[in-house]
This record gives sequence, C-alpha cells and structure tokens, in this order.
Amino acid sequence: MDFRLTDEQRDLRAGVRELLAGRYGREALRASVDAGGALDRGLWRELGEAGFFSLRLPQERGGVGVGLPEAALVFEEAGRALLPGPLVATHLAAGSVPGAAEGTAVVTAFDLGGSLVTHLGEADAVLGAPSLPAGEPVPSADPLTPLHRVARPPAGAGARAYRDEGALLTAALQAGSALRTVELAVRYAGEREQFGQPIGAFQAVKHLCAQMLVRAEVARTAVYAAAVTADPAEVAGAKLLADEAAVRNARDCLQVHGGMGFTWEADVHLHLKRAWVRAEQWRTAGEAEEALAAELAAGLAAGPAVGPAAASG
Amino acid sequence: MDLTYTDEERDFRARLREWLGKTLPELPARPSPDDWPGRRAYDAGWQRRLYDAGYAGLHWPVDAGGRGATPTQHLIFLEESERAGAPYVGANFVGLLHAGPTIAAEGTAEQRARWLPPVLRGDEVWCQGFSEPGAGSDLAALRTRAVRDGDDYVITGSKIWTSHAEVADWCELLVRTRPVSEAFPKHRGISWLAMPMDAPGVTVRPLRTLAGSTEFAEVFLDEVRVPVANRVGAEDDGWRVTMVTLSFERGTAFVGEVVACRRTLGELAAAARANGRWDDPVLRRRLGRLYGEFGALWRLTQWNVSESEASGGVPGVGGSVFKLAYSHARQELYDAAAEVLGAQSLALEGEWTLDRLSSLSYTIAAGTSQIQRNIVAERILGLPKGR
Ligand SMILES: Cc1cc2nc3c(=O)[nH]c(=O)nc-3n(C[C@H](O)[C@H](O)[C@H](O)COP(=O)(O)OP(=O)(O)OC[C@H]3O[C@@H](n4cnc5c(N)ncnc54)[C@H](O)[C@@H]3O)c2cc1C
Repeated sequence: MDFRLTDEQRDLRAGVRELLAGRYGREALRASVDAGGALDRGLWRELGEAGFFSLRLPQERGGVGVGLPEAALVFEEAGRALLPGPLVATHLAAGSVPGAAEGTAVVTAFDLGGSLVTHLGEADAVLGAPSLPAGEPVPSADPLTPLHRVARPPAGAGARAYRDEGALLTAALQAGSALRTVELAVRYAGEREQFGQPIGAFQAVKHLCAQMLVRAEVARTAVYAAAVTADPAEVAGAKLLADEAAVRNARDCLQVHGGMGFTWEADVHLHLKRAWVRAEQWRTAGEAEEALAAELAAGLAAGPAVGPAAASG
Repeated sequence: MDLTYTDEERDFRARLREWLGKTLPELPARPSPDDWPGRRAYDAGWQRRLYDAGYAGLHWPVDAGGRGATPTQHLIFLEESERAGAPYVGANFVGLLHAGPTIAAEGTAEQRARWLPPVLRGDEVWCQGFSEPGAGSDLAALRTRAVRDGDDYVITGSKIWTSHAEVADWCELLVRTRPVSEAFPKHRGISWLAMPMDAPGVTVRPLRTLAGSTEFAEVFLDEVRVPVANRVGAEDDGWRVTMVTLSFERGTAFVGEVVACRRTLGELAAAARANGRWDDPVLRRRLGRLYGEFGALWRLTQWNVSESEASGGVPGVGGSVFKLAYSHARQELYDAAAEVLGAQSLALEGEWTLDRLSSLSYTIAAGTSQIQRNIVAERILGLPKGR
C-alpha cells in the first residue's frame, strides 16, 4: 500500500494547474462574473482538447484512459481555480452524449434534487434525459452558476445512475476550493497589518487558518481514498466532509478578510457561493449521513465495524 | 494512490488474524482501572505474548530489536488488533510509542541495546516526565535542574501529570542543564535523560483524575543521581530530541485508536437500535457523520504513514493536523453516546461514561488543541509568530 500520489499523478496535477492558471486566471474569472456567468465556449472546447471530459474514456474511444483517482486530481484543480460550468455532468456524459468528450457540447444534469437546473440555458443536453426541457431563468445566488426552473422535474431522470461518480467529482471540486481558500486566507493574513503587525500574528486569526487546513486535509484525503475504492459509503463520507470543508473554509476565509471579505471585489464570496451550489448537488449532507448510517447499521450484521478498509484487505 | 495490499501484506494479515483469534480467548480477565499493579501486569503480559509471537516492535529497526516491518504492516497490525478487541498498549504506551522510538532514532548503540529490548518484552515500563507545574504548554520553561557531579547529574525539581508514574521503571525526563541566560535562551540548555524511577530521591504522589482514577501523578525529584551516560542526544540539545519524541507522540501514537473508535461506533449503533434511539433521524445522522469522519481519519493515517515511509520514518508536523481532527471527533463520539444512552449515561456502570470522561483529556494531553493550532499555523502555513 502506498497512498501517496505517483509521479504521473503529480505531473498530471501540476499540468492541469498550469493550464488553468494560464487559461483561467483571475482576469478570466472576473470576466466571467462580468458576463453574468455565460459559459466561454472557446474555453470549454480547450478543456475538451486537453482531455478534461474524456479523461476516463478508453484510449481506443479517443479518451485518456485514466481512472477516477486521476479525475479527482483534475477536478480538485478545477475547484481551486473556480472554473465554472457543468464540468461534472459533461465529464459524465463523455461517451454517451455526442460532443461532450470533445468539449463541443455542454451537458448539465438534474443533480439538484428539486426543480432547479444549472446552466440549462446554454446546455445542449441533460445527462440521462431524452431531451432538453424548457425552463424559466431564475436569479442565482452564485453569479457563475445560472439557474433555471423547469416545470416538472422528470420522474426518475437518469442522473441517479451517475450519483456516486457525480458526488465524488463534486467532492473533489469542493476539496480544491477548500484548499484554495486556506491559501487565500493565509496570504491575506500575512499581508494585512493592524496594530502594527500582520494580522496573521494574532492567534485568533492563526487558529481560524489552522482549522481551515485541518478540514481541507481531512476532506482531501477522504476524496482521494473514495476515488481509489469507489465505495459508495466512502464516497458519501467524502462528499459530506468536502462540502463542509468548502463551505466553512470559505466562511472563515471571508472572516479573515474582514470588511474586504464582504465586497464583490474579493473572490471569497465566489468560493462560498459555488460551495453552496455544490453542496446541493448529487448528494446533500443529510443524504450522505443517512447513507453512512445505513452502512454503519449494515456492518453490525457483518461483524465489528471497520468499514471499507476491510474490503481492500 | 494505491490502497491495495501486496500478497505478502495480505498473508501477514491473515496470520495475525488467526493468531489473535487463538490468543485473545486465553487472556486473563482485565483488572479494574484502579488496580495499577494488576493493570501493569496485564499490559506487560500482553506485550510479552506479542513479543513471543514476533509481533513486538514490528516496525522498529532490526538493530533496535524490532522486526523491520514496513509501516504498512504496522498499520495492519493496529487495524487487526483493534478490530479483534485486543488489549490496548496501556502502561506500555510511553515506552512503545514514543520513548522507545526516540531512543531508536537518537540513542547510541549501547543505549538502544540497554533500553529497547525490555520495552519490547514488556519487562520495563516507561513514563514521560516532561510537564511541570510551571511548564505545560510552555514546555521549554521547565525548571527542574540537573547539575553535573562527576559521572552523574544531580536532579532537583518536580514533574506533574506523569501518566503511569506509579508503575513505571523508567522516565523520559527533561531537565535544565544550563540556567537560562542570553547565551542559553530557554529552548537551549535542556537535556533528555532516562531516569530510573526507583532512584533514591524520587517520590511519586498520585493525582486523582476527574474520572476518579489515579491515572497520573506528581513526581518530586530531590537530589536524584542519574548517570551522564543516560542522556540521549547531546547535553543542552534536548529540545531537538524532545521534538522527535513529540512528533512520534502526536504523529503515530494514536492511530490505532481510530480503528477502535469505529468499533466503538458500531457498538453504539447497536445500542441505539436496541433502545429505539436509532429511529431518531437527527441522532442517526449524527452517528452516520461520525462513521464518515472516522473513516476519513483512518485514510488520513494511511496517507501520513505513506508519506513518512517515504521520508525516513519520523512523522512530521502533519501529526498535529491528525491530532486536532481526531481528538475532537473522539469527544463527539462520546457525546453522541450520551445522547443514545440518555439519563442512563449518568450511572457509572459499564464503560461508556468512564470513556466519555477520559475522552476529555484528548484535547489537552500531548499538547492542547490551541498549541496544535499554533504549530499548524506557524510551521505548516508559515504564519508569523506573535502574541
Ligand atoms: C490525561 C493526561 C495525561 C498526561 N500525561 C502526561 C505525561 O505522561 N507526561 C507529561 O509530561 N505530561 C502529561 N500531561 C500533561 C499535558 O502535556 C499538559 O497538560 C498539556 O501540555 C497542557 O499543559 P498545562 O496542563 O500546563 O496547561 P496550560 O499550559 O496551563 O494551559 C491552560 C490553557 O491555556 C491554553 N494555552 C496555554 N498556552 C497557550 C498559548 N500559547 N496559546 C493559546 N492557548 C494557550 C491551553 O490551550 C489551555 O487551554 C498529561 C495531561 C493529561 C490531561
């Protein structure tokens, strides 16, 4: 057992980080905010060309042929960069919806549980649904995630088949965001001075930052492990912890930024709002907790509970 | 990222599981928590069985008396032992989990030969004499003095909260070998010694814990003579050695308990189903969440072990990240237990309530949560030192 990243995985992650820093840096991020969250189709195609959506398709079908762990690393980077768009749904659609793998199609999903759908206005397809439903645009809490309300959410829409993978990749996005807000908070705490010293020298601020790192690291490990085992209960745990890490870290990061944190100018609110959206996608905290409780109860019949570790033993 | 086990590791697990299955039923009954000599004998007896079966010091270096097994095998050992409900290290905690590893990493060949085998055989029990009445979180403020007299140090001072002091044979003792001065600020001038607990001048006075037991003690040192040869590391360089000890204490010493927590959580779920509390969705979800958290903490352990395996074996400051998350999750677990048991949790019968009381120490012992957060902020995140 060697849980560390392999050299290839490290290279992959570094490559994606570099690509996104070049193609979707701060200016591009703010430009998408100004554009009201309209998707940049050019960027979408470039992501497709870089293999973002076809990562897990076998090579003979034009994909990269890697697995969930690699996808988790790539999505972690996307979360860190706050890359907008229905990334997870389009990735899951690669191979079944024409153009998804290449990034020429935008695919969304009924992953919010109710009647709201993200990015419907720009979508070419909905994952697992026969056709595009009509929907009314509604204002969205996240400026980078446009929302539509559909009249009648399709009964038993196909998204359920993708729930675990969708939850896992969404958790990876959350972990990336959580790690990024630790960096933002630490940077600001080192620069901003009050009372004649950097605010990061004050213990109250330090402890907020330390606790952010703890949440982010626990979530990140949970996501990696779930990506390796693909065990549904472990995925539920990863989603639960990553949602919490992303949301609470963004809040703490906002607090560290003081008044600046409450402005449109600082990027913190963009992390927080997106974290709220993702926390509602694929698996909510309540659903994840119920799934874990069911697993715990199932373990009682099977003997002492040690969880998925036993499966790989 | 690989969580699969090699054939060799699987084989190791199977043999261990079989041995545990055979050996555990033969164990004598566990002594009561207040019976310290009984507890020591019980813990030492278990250690002896491990030693005879070849499971003692599994991941210690061979030249330190260990088996040179991989850290992964050690994790398997912890996992299987806890899963089977094997006895916990107990009185052997300090010797096996941090004094021993420190001596293995920093001691001379002679020191390793003298002190490590008896720890592995369960013949000698260690305690930790770090904290003092005026030096807890601010450990480097310690005042216990050691003055050189020929081949001995003569030691005067006192230690506090010394776990297992009543039954220990040896103490990993921090002393000041230089008075604090400009040239020797408080972190310099400290030395790490192995002190025999039966040396003349050592007095142990048990302290009662909030759980009612005598888990730790005050230790008074009145002109105690300890040979200079018992010093591990250079004179006045003990703070560096102490950091090695603390990184073992925080980094690896608690990992097996994560598995134990998952087992405990299973028992709690069974109790909740038996008394109907499982039907309360709020409580049920709370237990589900804890199940997820302990699962993630076990994965974090595997991650840390993989990282330290690659970097020479001494766990890094990442141990503080683990300790912070673990100690709070553990307290949550026992609070949830009290919710499952309701008023029944007020009766001191069974283990739930005593364990709940014990869990209160997890955010204090081995460095408080506040101190761990300082370490994470300054040493991992690089935030400035300050007030
Ligand atoms: C069950 C148990 C077993 C123990 N076993 C041993 C043992 O075997 N050997 C041994 O040497 N020690 C042992 N200890 C001692 C333990 O290491 C200390 O209790 C611990 O380091 C805290 O020190 P203190 O008790 O002096 O508290 P203090 O340092 O007085 O702290 C009191 C409070 O102030 C806070 N505080 C202090 N300094 C700071 C700061 N800089 N920033 C923010 N907050 C701060 C603390 O977090 C705490 O909340 C044990 C303790 C317990 C509870």
